[in-house]
Amino acid sequence: MAGLELLSDQGYRLDGRKATELRKVQARMGVFAQADGSAYIEQGNTKALAVVYGPHEVRMSRSKTLHDRAVINCQYSMATFSTAERKRRPHGDRKSTEMSLHLKQTFEAAVLTNLYPRSQIDIYVKILQSDGGNYSACVNAATLAVIDAGIPMRDYVCACTAGFVDETPLADLCHAEESGGGTSLALALLPRGGHIALLQMDARLHQDHLETLMEAAMTACKGVSKVLDQVVRQHLQEVSALTGE
Amino acid sequence: MLKSKTFVKKTRSGGIMKIVREHYLRDDIWCGSEFCTECKQDESVLQKDACIESNLCVFPHYLLPDTNVVLSQIDILEDPLIKNVIILQTVLQEVRHRSAPIYKRLKDILHDKEKHFYTFTNEHHRETYIEREPGESANDRNDRAIRVSTKWYSDHLKNARTEEGLRIVLLTNDRENKDKSEEAGLLTYRCEEYIKSLIANPELVDRLALTNDDKNDITSSKVLFPEHLPLSRIQSGIKSGTFLQGTFRASRDNYLEATVFVHGEGDESTEVLIQGLQNLNRAVHQDLVAVEMLPQNQWVGPSSVVLQDEGPKDDDVTGDDEEEKALKGAVVGAGPRKPTARVVGIIKRNWRPFCGMLFLSQIKEATRHLFTPADRRIPRIRIETRQASTLAGQRIMVAIDGWPKHSRYPNGHFVRSLGCAGDKETETEVLLLEHDVPHQDFSQAVLSFLPKMPWSITEEDMAVREDLRHLTVCSVDPPGCTDIDDALHCRDLPNGNQEVGVHIADVSHFIRPGNALDQEAASRGTTVYLTGRRIDMVPELLSSNLCSLRCNVERLAFSCIWEINEKAEIIKTRFAKSVINSKASLTYAEAQMRIDDTSMNDDITKSLRGLNRLAKILKRQRIEKGALTLSSPEVRFHIDSETHDPIDLQTKELKDTNSMVEEFMLLANISVAQKIYEEFSECALLRKHPAPPPSNYDILNKAAKSKNLVIHTDSAKALADSLDAARVDNFPYFNTLLRILATRCMMQAVYFCSGMDSDFHHYGLASPIYTHFTSPIRR
Repeated sequence: MAGLELLSDQGYRLDGRKATELRKVQARMGVFAQADGSAYIEQGNTKALAVVYGPHEVRMSRSKTLHDRAVINCQYSMATFSTAERKRRPHGDRKSTEMSLHLKQTFEAAVLTNLYPRSQIDIYVKILQSDGGNYSACVNAATLAVIDAGIPMRDYVCACTAGFVDETPLADLCHAEESGGGTSLALALLPRGGHIALLQMDARLHQDHLETLMEAAMTACKGVSKVLDQVVRQHLQEVSALTGE
Repeated sequence: MLKSKTFVKKTRSGGIMKIVREHYLRDDIWCGSEFCTECKQDESVLQKDACIESNLCVFPHYLLPDTNVVLSQIDILEDPLIKNVIILQTVLQEVRHRSAPIYKRLKDILHDKEKHFYTFTNEHHRETYIEREPGESANDRNDRAIRVSTKWYSDHLKNARTEEGLRIVLLTNDRENKDKSEEAGLLTYRCEEYIKSLIANPELVDRLALTNDDKNDITSSKVLFPEHLPLSRIQSGIKSGTFLQGTFRASRDNYLEATVFVHGEGDESTEVLIQGLQNLNRAVHQDLVAVEMLPQNQWVGPSSVVLQDEGPKDDDVTGDDEEEKALKGAVVGAGPRKPTARVVGIIKRNWRPFCGMLFLSQIKEATRHLFTPADRRIPRIRIETRQASTLAGQRIMVAIDGWPKHSRYPNGHFVRSLGCAGDKETETEVLLLEHDVPHQDFSQAVLSFLPKMPWSITEEDMAVREDLRHLTVCSVDPPGCTDIDDALHCRDLPNGNQEVGVHIADVSHFIRPGNALDQEAASRGTTVYLTGRRIDMVPELLSSNLCSLRCNVERLAFSCIWEINEKAEIIKTRFAKSVINSKASLTYAEAQMRIDDTSMNDDITKSLRGLNRLAKILKRQRIEKGALTLSSPEVRFHIDSETHDPIDLQTKELKDTNSMVEEFMLLANISVAQKIYEEFSECALLRKHPAPPPSNYDILNKAAKSKNLVIHTDSAKALADSLDAARVDNFPYFNTLLRILATRCMMQAVYFCSGMDSDFHHYGLASPIYTHFTSPIRR
């Protein structure tokens, strides 16, 4: 029994997309009333929910207060029912802590923290269904949630994964493509200036291919940013219509 | 448009997993036809003028085969005549799933531009995608998908046609499929009738493969081999005599043939031939099997065909069937019929990890590959591994797990990698592993029994040994030898006779019976000499230092001393444990030079000359009695000291000194044999070489007859004489060739206990009694 064919000769992937096409992205902002900001995103079958509280006073451990900027506190977790087999420990395992750290780094780069000294911004992200590109979905959801909360950012932060099969870069990998043993790279980008907030890959890749892979990932991120932008504008329209302006 | 595919899969551990995948439908998948004006494709693969001359389809048409047609009639599709064929994605995926070699061939055809084959991605096309209906099986769904795509194609091209119609012809052998598609108004033919209709090319009909087309036989678990009988049945069968038990020996040259050595009474073992894959019934070389004899009219002779298992085969036996027929064809008229049997059960498997290389599967992402062992008698093994690409050029070890009856090859798993193929270290490792040579470092337990350094001979040792340190003892060995087992001396006695002594390293002083050192040496059995490397039987401290009779140091030895007269007759023999001090460790070349150099006259040289003279007489006496000098060409590699690569090859020349040492070793062994038989007549450990039966000499006689020479084989002397006389003009190597052949005819020499046998004769050395006493460091 052979493994799955990730890219057919005609250029179609497992789910029928071409190499550079993204999955269907649907997002909604303001899903929770009680949080300061919230957003829900679906990238293909990956569903992520992000909730933002803040800026507020630093709650736990006063010592963490920074005198000139806000502290960003991120927490990433996966629902036990998010993967094909039920997960036993959704919190505290190494993957989650690593992801939380990455999110924190990403948002510290994007959010204008120096406008809120001595305060804390909490970002909680939960994966409801995991089908590849977990980190990217989190980042995108968190961006929307931060915008929903009204916290100023330098630019949208858009993330996307990219992989490599047979000299061809694939954008936005699904779970089968990620776990096939090939390369997978996650990139978080601030699209307007082209600044990279986070680049992560743990696989082996020949250095000649790195350029092409990053290019593909950046193009994909720009595609995602267009969608996010669309979503934000639509949300604004709805909100302003509701508030009657 | 987004759809989602949901299906349930069984995991390895037996659980159930629900897999949900996205499935996008597109509107930009083109039909690929030149004819079509609607589709905005970049390059069209299917030609406008697609005419294959057929009396069924006189109009231009494209062919659309279904999965079974592709799987069985791939030869027809490869024929240059067949062009303009649409292969659906459904069909392609099913072929990939069921047969890797056929999938590869199909892909090669698809890449060939001349053939104009087009892959239509029907699963992702909005109009041709269908979902499985409840109650429909997977196969039915695929067949329906094929029909829907055919319909779409017909309608699509109907719109585009101008004068003559361009039709789509569905090729299928499945009756249901054919009926349903005809109902839908599609042009369908069975592959057979279509091919037969190609009047311009009747030879294509020959390439039609015969298939079992009425049944949709998609199950890959066909039973290929007969079941093995349970152990109780086998045991009762052996007791009653219906079955025979024996060791299975695969043939090195022919993978469809093997012999089973059935243990008879005593030393006898009859050979039974097994031929054909079904009869071999999954037995692997060296297994203990139970066989059932076939009736005499089915007996065959051993084949003269050399057959190797080429290429990865599918799980079906069709490829092997052809070879079996060829085998049977070649067998008629080859050699006499031998008792033939078939394997009915395996009593004991004798599997071990095998070395060899991986043969990568054709499919890129496949995890199952075939492993080819270095030993040709072992069948290929199927293993599952994710690191196939890293293992591709390396020598690896694989162990067999089992051989299910529906599988053409046994299943196994990867054990470890030995290194890159072709690398000297790796190949040496492979060699040692394949020949079962233990070559790990000695364990701590073993090393603990070694004497502590610095070691010297103690007073107690001296008290029980004869002091021969004053004798001019010298040793003659190959260059670079550090484990010196033996040393010789010769001196004149006042009564005109000579005293000759052979001193053998006293290993038993250091290795006491039963301890770990003794056991390890027993398990190794011998020192293995490779080019550039030596794997010792006993640790180096003993083999190269304390036991080795190096020059100018005192060493413990066991001496055998004779008084010999000038006619080389033995007057007296005595044995003693001794202490010696060798005066020189010479090489064969050095010793020869000393003997020849008339200006040298020191004790060592005089001793050597004396030994040489006596040795010559002894040799002559042996040859008169009929000792054989057969030729086993030994070569010597010259290794470059820096790169450790072989730079030159030389055959070893036999000098006088080689034969001198040999004669005295033989004499020592014979004397010791006589002595131990005298003392322990019931339990002396001796060595004999039985005379070969006349049938063994058949190949020698055949070879000699080819040059009109006769070899007499009635006695050892007759054989030796006729070998000497067998010479051909202008072909000096012929004599050496005959001697090499004669070596092959010989039986194996064996160790035996004197109380258990009455025949002690050693045929090759023409000696009435013999044992192994010399070379204790390496044996």
